[in-house]
Amino acid sequence: MNTIVLALIILGLVGAVSSIILFFVAKKFQVFEDVRIAQVEEALPAANCGGCGFPGCHGFANACVSAPSLDGLLCPVGGNQTMQKVAAIMGRTAVESAPTVAVVRCGGTCDHRPRTSDYDGVKHCFIAHNLYSGETGCSFGCLGLGDCEVACEFDAIHVNPITKLPEVDEEKCTSCGACVKACPKLLIELRKKGPKSRRIYVSCRNEDKGHIARKSCDVGCIACGKCEKVCPHGAITISNNLAFINDDACKLCRKCVEVCPTNAIVELNFPPRKVKEESLV
Amino acid sequence: MKTFKMGGIHPSENKLSAGRPIQLANIPKQVVIPLSHYIGNPSEAVVKKGDFVKVGQLIGKANGFISANVHASVSGKVNKIDVQLDASGYKRLAVFIDVEGDEWLETIDRTPTIISECLLSREEILKKIQDAGIVGLGGATFPAHVKLSPPPGKKAEILIINAVECESYLTCDHQLMLEKGEEILIGVSILMRVLDVKQAAIGIENNKKDAIAHLSKLAEKHTGIRIEALKVQYPQGGEKQLIDAIIQRQVPSGRIPIEVGAVVQNVGTTFAVYEAVQKNKPMIERVLTITGKEASNPGNYLVRLGIYLASVVEQAGGVPANTGKIVGGGPMMGRSLMNLNVPMAKGSAGILFIKAEESLRKPIQNCIRCTKCVRVCPMGLEPFLLMNQSERNMWPEMEKNRVMDCIECGSCSYTCPSNRPLLDYIRFGKTTVGSIIRNRK
Amino acid sequence: MEKLIISPAPHIHGGDSVKKNMTAVLLALLPALLVGFYFFGLGALIITLTSVISCVLFEYILQRYVLRIETSISDGSAAVTGLLLAMNLPTNLPIWIIVIGALVAIGIGKITYGGLGNNPFNPALVGRVFLLISFPAQMTSWPLPTPFSSHYLDAETGATVLSIIKSHLGELPSTLSLFLGNMSGSMGEISSAALLLGLLYLLLKKTISWHIPISILSTVFVFTALLNYFKPDVYASPWLHMFSGGLMLGAIFMATDYVTSPMNPRGMLVYGFGIGIITVVIRVFGVYPEGVSFAILIMNGFTPIINTYIKPKRFGENIK
Repeated sequence: MNTIVLALIILGLVGAVSSIILFFVAKKFQVFEDVRIAQVEEALPAANCGGCGFPGCHGFANACVSAPSLDGLLCPVGGNQTMQKVAAIMGRTAVESAPTVAVVRCGGTCDHRPRTSDYDGVKHCFIAHNLYSGETGCSFGCLGLGDCEVACEFDAIHVNPITKLPEVDEEKCTSCGACVKACPKLLIELRKKGPKSRRIYVSCRNEDKGHIARKSCDVGCIACGKCEKVCPHGAITISNNLAFINDDACKLCRKCVEVCPTNAIVELNFPPRKVKEESLV
Repeated sequence: MKTFKMGGIHPSENKLSAGRPIQLANIPKQVVIPLSHYIGNPSEAVVKKGDFVKVGQLIGKANGFISANVHASVSGKVNKIDVQLDASGYKRLAVFIDVEGDEWLETIDRTPTIISECLLSREEILKKIQDAGIVGLGGATFPAHVKLSPPPGKKAEILIINAVECESYLTCDHQLMLEKGEEILIGVSILMRVLDVKQAAIGIENNKKDAIAHLSKLAEKHTGIRIEALKVQYPQGGEKQLIDAIIQRQVPSGRIPIEVGAVVQNVGTTFAVYEAVQKNKPMIERVLTITGKEASNPGNYLVRLGIYLASVVEQAGGVPANTGKIVGGGPMMGRSLMNLNVPMAKGSAGILFIKAEESLRKPIQNCIRCTKCVRVCPMGLEPFLLMNQSERNMWPEMEKNRVMDCIECGSCSYTCPSNRPLLDYIRFGKTTVGSIIRNRK
Repeated sequence: MEKLIISPAPHIHGGDSVKKNMTAVLLALLPALLVGFYFFGLGALIITLTSVISCVLFEYILQRYVLRIETSISDGSAAVTGLLLAMNLPTNLPIWIIVIGALVAIGIGKITYGGLGNNPFNPALVGRVFLLISFPAQMTSWPLPTPFSSHYLDAETGATVLSIIKSHLGELPSTLSLFLGNMSGSMGEISSAALLLGLLYLLLKKTISWHIPISILSTVFVFTALLNYFKPDVYASPWLHMFSGGLMLGAIFMATDYVTSPMNPRGMLVYGFGIGIITVVIRVFGVYPEGVSFAILIMNGFTPIINTYIKPKRFGENIK
């Protein structure tokens, strides 16, 4: 009986002393943090993808609270909805920004771009890129080894085993930009999603001169300049033997798609064209 | 017998072309001279389309200190300046010349007489070396004048000549030593004069006994030059390993050889220095080994820069039928080539045909932690760990584990019983960590 | 010309493989196995076959039908585990116990962690220690060595040298007969001579480096010699400790297991030192007469820490 009482007393004393020590330690080392940081973090999607440019969601919440205004701060995963929630917490207004999505700017499938050598190293784009220009004649095109697939936290980009090109799942893509950083050939770009997900872009990054580009790939941009001339909105520029469509100026008229001789300009999610009457004849 | 102290492997030597005399390569109708090399800035073209150039004429001017001049290796008309796939696997700028005759610059001394006297001052010699566009011929193609100009406050004590040729198959340096021994030794004494050192050591692996004997006999006439026979072990030709083997000093991590008082130059470079200083001949050709287990006629060829490798290979009997892979350089550090339509560059030491059945890598298995990679690493690193960290993008940890010390010799991948691509991943990590470090500065 | 193959350097491979290493270990175990067959006859043959076959079979079944992955039995690592397990068992052990041991060794010791290369503990030792704790009676009745005996379960039993030392009962055999293996014990551990022959082979083939076996053996020798020097009447001579029990087998074949030992020479020395100390402490001061298995398993647990904090000697490290 005595032992039990003694044990109780000793344990009780140890507990009491420890709690007092803990109390003072907590007081002394207390870190002050703005309560709003926790609230903002609560509103964020907690993906910790780093797509916003800050280290994780906590970093972004911290930035939102400490910045004077919410301009230029965007959680690409949550989009406008999340930013409005954040703005409500902060008592500010969020700037509406157009949603973007990742596009792969290479159309060189196995059919269009014949292989000229066999790569037998690690299946890793960066390693292959450091070694040489790639299995095909085009030294700008996709290597198809799937660094983007590994980088994607949202399971939104996959290399198609038949075409050996990555394909973006628009539903899942949060446009966090991880694949953009992962691609050693700089093929992936974040573009405006566009109304009803309709987009037009040049699906090529080949900066070789026209005849060289043509030799290595059927659907490469040969910088003929037809699209630049036909574009009524001045959205297309050609530099370094490569056309680029500025998505801020593009009005989705699809004229460039029609004139492109190599089909390097790609339209997405448009309804099928009306068949012109004269071609029916 | 001397050798380096850590790690190392001994692949089968396969020196098939040893003892084959150096032959002149035929000059085709067109040559393509690359303006860039692996290290340093590409040089700027100083000729334009339609210009007539003579052999030895400057066509590309060095751009910055770490860059080298490029000279015409043939005479003829400049056809165009355009991109050309080169041995690096990428398209880069090159000068295309249509060959017309074989007209040399008048200043170049083409007589076979050996000139041993050199009374030029240090600066004059350095200027000549720099003007001649000489780069290290060991493979890294680092401009030679950079290494010969030690940073202020540093003084070289010894000049080490790398005549190790530790890569299997290659014999170009070996044959050069047998045929141009006297010229090499004069080149060495010129370099000693530049560096103001009293002694020089030529390190040769013991599988080249004839070269050791030949040079030892010739070296008796030159004061301060000694020949060091070294135990056969790869990667003895690594700069740090060679210094360790010859003067038993280890260059600390992240430092350069001059800090332990040594300057290393390749034996081919010394011959080029001789030609540049004594004969006014810029760097327009080098010896190339064409070899392979099934090559019909392995041999050594003196090839002008810019000649398509395909043309030299044709002269040497063509590509063997059963070839799966063509390597530019040695089997351990060379680069595999996409095709033979690439021009000869200053760094090309060999063309190696690998049989189809030996070309493919074996399937990768789990790491069994046998520590063989740690045992063979000449830099005392842990390749298995670096590979794991590289796979997981753990860059700060890799830096802590001294990935930047890696000399990319490939001993780890060579020895791994599970066929793991250790060096592939380590090289990836090294590149990434290197750029992180550069951005930090 | 066909499409050429492009890959990063190096373009040649030394030709070493997992299979070659495992075959080397199996060959190195051969002398000790033959001595086991000689002294224990039929029983030795039965437990060896049972253990090796069931280990390989379990690996095949688990990988093929449970995990549905490619099987790795052809690399020989399961056979090595099976043989090492058999070497660690008394030769009068019933077959069903051996099969349980094999299942634990392969199933729990190896496959659970992801197969060869990922297991933190030596699988054969996991199997053996599991059996030792679960079936203490069967696992500690040691048959007497009788050349070419045809007895299996009914073999005459006797005490091991270490239990004689521990209990001070019975007469100790001469050091020479210990060295050659004429004593009771597990099938493979009795003959130090045969095991040392195996060590020699492994060192010549460069399958293992000398660091682990030599550091274990020298630590045990020095430690027991010190004890023996101060109190010769209480503590046995170092030679007895060296040649008895599982020390040789453990130091040469179990502790040097690639997967579970440290990855650089310095770490290996620390690891070997730890095993030596723990072995002697268990043998001399503990309840069990033998402690090599426990010592190795304990140090296996420390291997990741050793790997993290003890790095190999770097190039240029000793420059002032």
